Amino acid sequence: MQWDIVIGLEIHVQLATRTKIFSGSSTAYGAEPNTQANAVDLAMPGTLPVPNENAFRYAVMFGLAVNAEIGRRSMFERKNYFYPDLPKGYQTTQLEQPIVGPGYVDVDLANRETKRVRIHHAHLEEDAGKSLHEDYHGMSGIDLNRAGTPLIEVVTEPDMNSAEEAVAFARKLHSIVTSLGICDGDMSQGSMRFDVNISLKPKGSDELGTRTETKNLNSFRFMEQAIAHEVERQMDILEDGGRIIQETRLYNGDRDESRSMRTKEEANDYRYFPCPDLLPVVIDDDFIEDARSRLPELPDARKARFKEQYGLNDYDAGLLSGDAKLAAFFEEAAAHGKDAKLAANWIQGEFSARLKAEEKSVAESPITGAQLGDLVVRIADNTVSSAGAKKVFEALWTGENDNVDAIIDAKGLKQVSDTGALEAMVDEVLAGMPDQVAQYQNEEDPKKRKKMLGGFMGPLMKASKGQGNPKLFNEILVKKLGG
Amino acid sequence: MSISREDIEKVAVLARIKVDDEQVSALEKDLGNILDLVDQLSAADTDSVEPMAHPLDAVQRLRPDEVTETNQREAFQAIAPATEDGLYLVPKVIE
Repeated sequence: MQWDIVIGLEIHVQLATRTKIFSGSSTAYGAEPNTQANAVDLAMPGTLPVPNENAFRYAVMFGLAVNAEIGRRSMFERKNYFYPDLPKGYQTTQLEQPIVGPGYVDVDLANRETKRVRIHHAHLEEDAGKSLHEDYHGMSGIDLNRAGTPLIEVVTEPDMNSAEEAVAFARKLHSIVTSLGICDGDMSQGSMRFDVNISLKPKGSDELGTRTETKNLNSFRFMEQAIAHEVERQMDILEDGGRIIQETRLYNGDRDESRSMRTKEEANDYRYFPCPDLLPVVIDDDFIEDARSRLPELPDARKARFKEQYGLNDYDAGLLSGDAKLAAFFEEAAAHGKDAKLAANWIQGEFSARLKAEEKSVAESPITGAQLGDLVVRIADNTVSSAGAKKVFEALWTGENDNVDAIIDAKGLKQVSDTGALEAMVDEVLAGMPDQVAQYQNEEDPKKRKKMLGGFMGPLMKASKGQGNPKLFNEILVKKLGG
Repeated sequence: MSISREDIEKVAVLARIKVDDEQVSALEKDLGNILDLVDQLSAADTDSVEPMAHPLDAVQRLRPDEVTETNQREAFQAIAPATEDGLYLVPKVIE
């Protein structure tokens, strides 16, 4: 049987505010346990929450960036459950009147189609603390530094139909929140966490199947694997005539396994009610216009500008504009290097490969966009060959020297592009290889001729001590040998 | 309006309150009376009344995003039953 896959996402985005959503405690990452957990965060009796203005500002900026309605009047509810990393016994969250209403995000797919994913809403809420289950004499250790860190939970409509679409959407959302600067986007530290709702239905059917929720995926790779795993699990059950139970599942990426966490019907009765400690928050036009004025260039606009300003094709523009830091690196390189297309090729080739190999982010790159730009200038004006340019890149990367021209001089990588000198070398080499010259001139197949040209390049490069410009050598050869 | 024994038992589990059979019978009666009282409100015509979000006719004040709290871990942990390495220790809970 053929199945349609239906996927909806819930994404927790940690907001990059200085302080918590309801208290003036710092949210800085990596502090000693519980040194940033104060009276309000610990739910001491008699304390009252006071909401952080920036958390609302960031949420509104997000709303504007995803073409959403902004909740002019938003409310907080209490979601009640007991867990030691939740000191109040409830999470303060938004249910009935969230800060961000319906919106949408357009996602570019690998097949060059664009998919619109609708946002159901996004609401503000507080993060919980962390439980450490290593052995403390049979007890668990609780660190409440994270408790009260502001989150927006973004809830999509079930608009995605494959793991690829879901991951493409997740990457786009990551690109939007990091471009906005409202989230540091560091997935390894839990700054973005994904819950994936998956169901299957017979191909073409209008009726949705029973869904499961796989919680807390913190990398794009795990998300892709978890979806593939869950789709296969549900398909096996349905094809054996079984039925899917609505439940929450946990995915273990290291073992590619998932297990049931709890079934919704028995456990999740959160008894939401309006939080009496917080009044309605009213967002006026001034607040929204102020948030709008803070919006930086967003990935879609940046992509369009890269095509227009630098003449990049759709694919290159998409790749370079998604990540705000990579985009800035490219623009610096393009400004210095004059040749934007060549700069784009080097960034997507050598530069990206090197970052990946050393597991570095753009911010950690040992070379600057300006340096890469300088190198691009020397490739474009034929000072260095592409093989020579790789040696320059290597020297820049390892920090051997930080000046492109100095490296070219020191390593003798300067190409000889003086046509007179090159012609003399060609004459000399051809004079020493009369048989090959005759063979070439008797060959009529242009493809074979082209291949035979290569036979002259080795001796020519040797004659020029590797410094002859291969492109010019080629042109001169063709001319001298008679086309 | 009445409340069933099952409802009481369920709410007690969710609230982590232990109630024995005898208490359930008493609660059935007491909570039933309270719900009856609340039920009288349903008689009022509220068609043209907007649901009230909060009894105070005011809006929430927001706070500037500035760190105002200092580390007072020692003071808070002095009243905790068990701590170690700066962590609060609790009976092991794993879902």
